[in-house]
Amino acid sequence: MALPRQIFDTVIVGGGGSGLRAALQLAEAGNHVAVFSKVFPTRSHTVAAQGGIGASLGNMQEDHWLWHMYDTIKGSDYLGDQDAIEFMCRKAAEVVYELEHFGMPFDRNPDGTIYQRPFGGHSQNFGQRPVQRACAAADRTGHAMLHTLYQRNVRAHCQFFVEWMVLDLIRDYEGVVVGIVALEMETGQPMIFQAKSTILATGGAGRIYQSSTNAFINTGDGLGIAARAGIPLEDMEFWQFHPTGVAGAGVLITEAVRGEGGILLNSKGERFMERYAPTMKDLASRDVVSRAMDKEIKEGRGAGPEKDYVLLKLDHLGTEVINKRLPGILEIALKFANVDPTRDPIPVVPTCHYQMGGIPTNYYGQVVAPRGSSGSNEVVPGLYAIGECACVSVHGANRLGTNSLLDLLVFGKSAGDHVREWLKGNPQHRDLPQDAADRSLERLARLDNAESGENISEVAAAMRRTVQHHAGVFRTGKLLAEGVTKIQQVAERARNTAIKDKSRVFNTARIEALELENLVIVAEATLVAAEARTESRGAQAREDFKDRDDKNWLKHSLWYLEGSRLDYKPVNLQPLTVESFEPKVRVY
Amino acid sequence: MKFSIYRYNPEKDNKPYMRDYELELLPTDRMLLDAILRIKTMDDSLGLRKSCREGVCGSDGMNINGKNGLACVTPLKDLKEPVVLRPLPGFPVIRDLIVDMGQFFKQYHSVKPYLINDNPPPQKERLQSPEDREELDGLYECVLCGCCSASCPSFWWNPDKFVGPAALLQAYRFIADTRDEATSERLDNLEDPYRLFRCHTIMNCADACPKGLNPTEAIGRIKKQMVKRMV
Repeated sequence: MALPRQIFDTVIVGGGGSGLRAALQLAEAGNHVAVFSKVFPTRSHTVAAQGGIGASLGNMQEDHWLWHMYDTIKGSDYLGDQDAIEFMCRKAAEVVYELEHFGMPFDRNPDGTIYQRPFGGHSQNFGQRPVQRACAAADRTGHAMLHTLYQRNVRAHCQFFVEWMVLDLIRDYEGVVVGIVALEMETGQPMIFQAKSTILATGGAGRIYQSSTNAFINTGDGLGIAARAGIPLEDMEFWQFHPTGVAGAGVLITEAVRGEGGILLNSKGERFMERYAPTMKDLASRDVVSRAMDKEIKEGRGAGPEKDYVLLKLDHLGTEVINKRLPGILEIALKFANVDPTRDPIPVVPTCHYQMGGIPTNYYGQVVAPRGSSGSNEVVPGLYAIGECACVSVHGANRLGTNSLLDLLVFGKSAGDHVREWLKGNPQHRDLPQDAADRSLERLARLDNAESGENISEVAAAMRRTVQHHAGVFRTGKLLAEGVTKIQQVAERARNTAIKDKSRVFNTARIEALELENLVIVAEATLVAAEARTESRGAQAREDFKDRDDKNWLKHSLWYLEGSRLDYKPVNLQPLTVESFEPKVRVY
Repeated sequence: MKFSIYRYNPEKDNKPYMRDYELELLPTDRMLLDAILRIKTMDDSLGLRKSCREGVCGSDGMNINGKNGLACVTPLKDLKEPVVLRPLPGFPVIRDLIVDMGQFFKQYHSVKPYLINDNPPPQKERLQSPEDREELDGLYECVLCGCCSASCPSFWWNPDKFVGPAALLQAYRFIADTRDEATSERLDNLEDPYRLFRCHTIMNCADACPKGLNPTEAIGRIKKQMVKRMV
């Protein structure tokens, strides 16, 4: 079947923070760029980020990008690539100032500068004391940032394809990425978009977990797209559990609550983090706090009738601070926890929040993959990935709060800049291969033709249960091995799904079926990579291998869809200009 | 719990109809969206938009028992049965609860919803006092869900000419920003019998806003600025 076709210089898949930042860089330079989004761009999940953007502006106390770099490397449990981390921390101030110039409504200090608050794992002078580094717009920083970026793109006349789902990449016979196949949701029409460069910016896949702070749209589409095109997924065993999701509802309560002075209590009213992290206490990094909470609950010190959550106390901050700095939290606590936080503590549990792994890239956003068995990183020509769907890797085994929004800005801009250079060297569109749309059309045809089969919501529920149970805060080899078997059964079921509704117009059942194919790929990568990694590092906590094992495991894992195969590549311990931070024991 | 939901699939239905559903609520069904999604597992043809499920993305605006709101932050316990769900009024329906928001976003874009300041920016941030920043509170938090404009009779009758409460709120968000230098251009853009002055202060918008914002008040402030610059 010949599909309709459109041509652009660059197509960007995803209209969240990183996609919009890249789009802006290209649209303002006059490039012919199109952004594809499953939702109207301001509905992307960046909108839900609350606490702040990390940058060592030093508006509150002395601060330095090198301290930020150290904190990020330590936070990553030394799995982060130090070249990319230096790049990000050095660029942080510049991209935050730019965002302010674009109109971002940051909170302000009395002297008119941007207000910054403390956040987990951010410190002065290499871990000595907490520092105020998170640039904030109340507790709606992501909302303010996403709207600001969208607005600036409106000014730049960027072209948007709203409510389009991208199905697959098109690679030519030399492996160069030459465009995408996308589906217009309103009409059900698939279409080819030919491009000289393609940027994946599809966000994370937190919906593989049952209990997740993530939006429904976070289905790992970019990861599924990359994996089907033969590109490996890096470090997929590392999932961040945010310490404070509302118990039962999963909705996020920002770390800014603890940044502003909120504390965690167990059922005895004890501020238990003092035992686990004597210096940083409630502001230790997220993996540390989540494990401490899980332990408190497992050892019987959880609060509530089932003793299955801990309490986040913030009433002592006073109504004025809560109204001014945490108005969104007030709203969420009232609506989702049925608690007035100016009087009572909020029940919270560790909740899946962020995907540290993703599509392997360098700090220009170029997708890199080992070629053959040489282990060397080679650029996949024409393909970029940025934001949560990418693994640069700046977050390593555990991301610091506020570094995700920073990641979006820095690498969105950096990829935009690099694409401009790429376009200069590659002024012509390459020919589309004959089979350009075959894979996508087969996926659609299978769903159109299947008269009976597995129910989408049942398979999705089975996947979420499996990942939640087998790849949670604490893991064991046995639990993970069972999880691998189960998820492979789920993957088989996902290949045999059927939808009752076959109509064209805005068929959300079809969209959910296509999303499930991507989710299941991510879920399998997660379990397989987690089972293989026989150590504890950052967010991967193995009860059967309690220690970090730098001798054997200071390396990134790479999972391939074909054969569910694993490979590895070294961590880059060499920064760009400063000396390397050697792995040390991690104490907060 | 009993539900009556507006259904329309242009490929199959000559005209829209209401379909009844009954759902045994679980303790985990707290918000209206939880219930709708469980109905959708029984009938996968039901169309709606959804994403963040916490009231910040603005996807799931709909008419709930006669009032516009976001399904994800509407507690089930507050709803009378049968719960009657319809698409946002005044917008063309694409399918079921999914409306065409094209005109709504066109109006949003028409107010130039971005900071205009052509002076070269300083090396660091532009300074703004906390008091000046406070002027943006109650404005920048808009999630563009459309609940307000879809409750406004002036917008129903003239969606192509009247900017509507959501976009006017955003127009004022930039007028109120001390960093923005295009106030007079923005006022010119709105000085029109339809674009701004079709607002008759009915206040449905403020009543409908799931974020507790008050577009009527912002519209009043724009009008005040217009009067101010005439004298």
